[in-house]
Amino acid sequence: MTREITILSGKGGSGKTTVTGALAVLAKDKILVDADVDAPDLHLLLQPQIKRRESFFGSKKAKIIPEECIQCGLCVTSCRFDAIKMADPPVVSPIFCEGCGLCRRICPAEAVEFAEARTGEWYVSDTVYGPMVHARLDPAQGNSGKLVSLIRAEGRKIAEEKRADLILTDGPPGIGCPVIASLAGAGLVLIVTEPTLSGEHDLRRLAELIALFKIPAWVCVNKWDLNPEMTLKIEEASRGLGMSVAGRIRFDLTTVQAQLRGRTVMDYPESPAAKDIEEIWKQLEKMQG
Amino acid sequence: MKIAFASGKGGTGKTTVALNVAYILQKCGADVQLLDCDVEGPNAHLFLPPRIDRCIPATVKRPEAAEDRCTGCGVCADYCEFNAITVLKNTVIIFPELCHGCGVCAWFCPERIITETERPIGVIEGGTAKDIRFLQGRLNVGEVMAPPLIRQVKEQAQAAAVTLIDCPPGNSCPLIEAVRGVDLVILVSEPTPFGLYDLSLTVASLKELGLPAGVVVNRCDIGNDELYLFCRQENLPVLAEIPHDRRIAESYSRGGLIGEDLPDYRELFASLWKNVLVLIEGKGGQPPTARGGTAA
Repeated sequence: MTREITILSGKGGSGKTTVTGALAVLAKDKILVDADVDAPDLHLLLQPQIKRRESFFGSKKAKIIPEECIQCGLCVTSCRFDAIKMADPPVVSPIFCEGCGLCRRICPAEAVEFAEARTGEWYVSDTVYGPMVHARLDPAQGNSGKLVSLIRAEGRKIAEEKRADLILTDGPPGIGCPVIASLAGAGLVLIVTEPTLSGEHDLRRLAELIALFKIPAWVCVNKWDLNPEMTLKIEEASRGLGMSVAGRIRFDLTTVQAQLRGRTVMDYPESPAAKDIEEIWKQLEKMQG
Repeated sequence: MKIAFASGKGGTGKTTVALNVAYILQKCGADVQLLDCDVEGPNAHLFLPPRIDRCIPATVKRPEAAEDRCTGCGVCADYCEFNAITVLKNTVIIFPELCHGCGVCAWFCPERIITETERPIGVIEGGTAKDIRFLQGRLNVGEVMAPPLIRQVKEQAQAAAVTLIDCPPGNSCPLIEAVRGVDLVILVSEPTPFGLYDLSLTVASLKELGLPAGVVVNRCDIGNDELYLFCRQENLPVLAEIPHDRRIAESYSRGGLIGEDLPDYRELFASLWKNVLVLIEGKGGQPPTARGGTAA
């Protein structure tokens, strides 16, 4: 059975991608998925060679046919998303159109065209650490949850083909739509947090969400030495919330150096961050049996 | 005047910069209001913390069917573009987490038995702290849709000389909703490959929206020059540079305001604001000086 470990954080910028990049080096036989399709960064560390490129059609969009429009304005006043502005003819903003089709159905002149629109792109790539599935939304497009579900399904397909027993998924920040899409059906969550009030606040919200999905979660505090007291508090809170503590990562600017060279921090095996992440991986492996 | 703080990448310092700009403006007697629109992880309140005196439920429309009168025709399910309705025999099953509240089902039900009620998705909380008027949205855990809540936080905001909006990370629907209708977006980034790449995605989105932007470079002395080259290429003014300073990180970790904990940085945020005003005036906007004091 393929296991999937999803790396999440609640708060952004706490080190998810740095940790995922390092685990990509440490773990054997795995498929990599970058589920942060809003702001994907894993490719900057793993240098994937794109083998397959597909357009993503995230939603339908309305468009008004000028020759047919009779200027009644019904679409403008009826759109719940304020996506249509009165003009000659009215203009649908592709950014704010959610693709519900109300305007098309109510238009007395049948002047609304309604078709699938491309809202992003996804890729299957090779990296020296294994196959990788990643994606990118087009500028100012939404529906990232749907794209996350799609690339995770693709990751599972490849894992089955290659008989890989692990999928490592780099998740998005927050607790909303794309996070929920990257959680459903995951076997384990590794939370990377930071020893700050914000880190703790967002961790608690994420823990509540993960509990709804009944997925076991492990927590590691990144840059823990910036505030040892807060680190202890977070670890205690994590245990209280039914999660396990996987370890701590020291504050280490080597991670920036590695990023600048387009490499993972494991390229600096003697660095504090690399050593600490290696310990965390050992813990996770032990736990997985 | 409405200013948004965005970044693409998380953890670059959006909230820190927004809070400290609010603090400096308030110190100068400006009428300032801060909206925390990062409704999945609203953190600004931790640094104030405000006395909450307003609490408004945020809701979305949710269809409900009077099932005893359902004929099982299935029009609602056929017309729903989000697969949020299924009809089995004469039972209408609605999946609220997939529903966008567009109203198509209620509009087209031939029996007129679908009505829309309000479904809570979170709360909007308002208050004051350090003489800064404050409003935040807090999405209920397990809710999928942040944009309607963000829209409602902005609707609840009162008129103010300066409204500062702390945006969510990322580049999709929540960010688009948060920056909709602002006069300027301040992009807080860091000069690393992650910072630059995510910034470039946000800049592309803002171009689509036609919104002007400036950049604050945080931890400006780590990383390399690529971010600065990008700003020059894209004609993005650098409004301020904040050095990598362990004292800032430590103050932040405790929920401190830089303006209070480290007074030597006040000048930096005051000059950031001066640059914002220059940028807005250059674009034909009205500086808030017309209505009373600012940091300028």
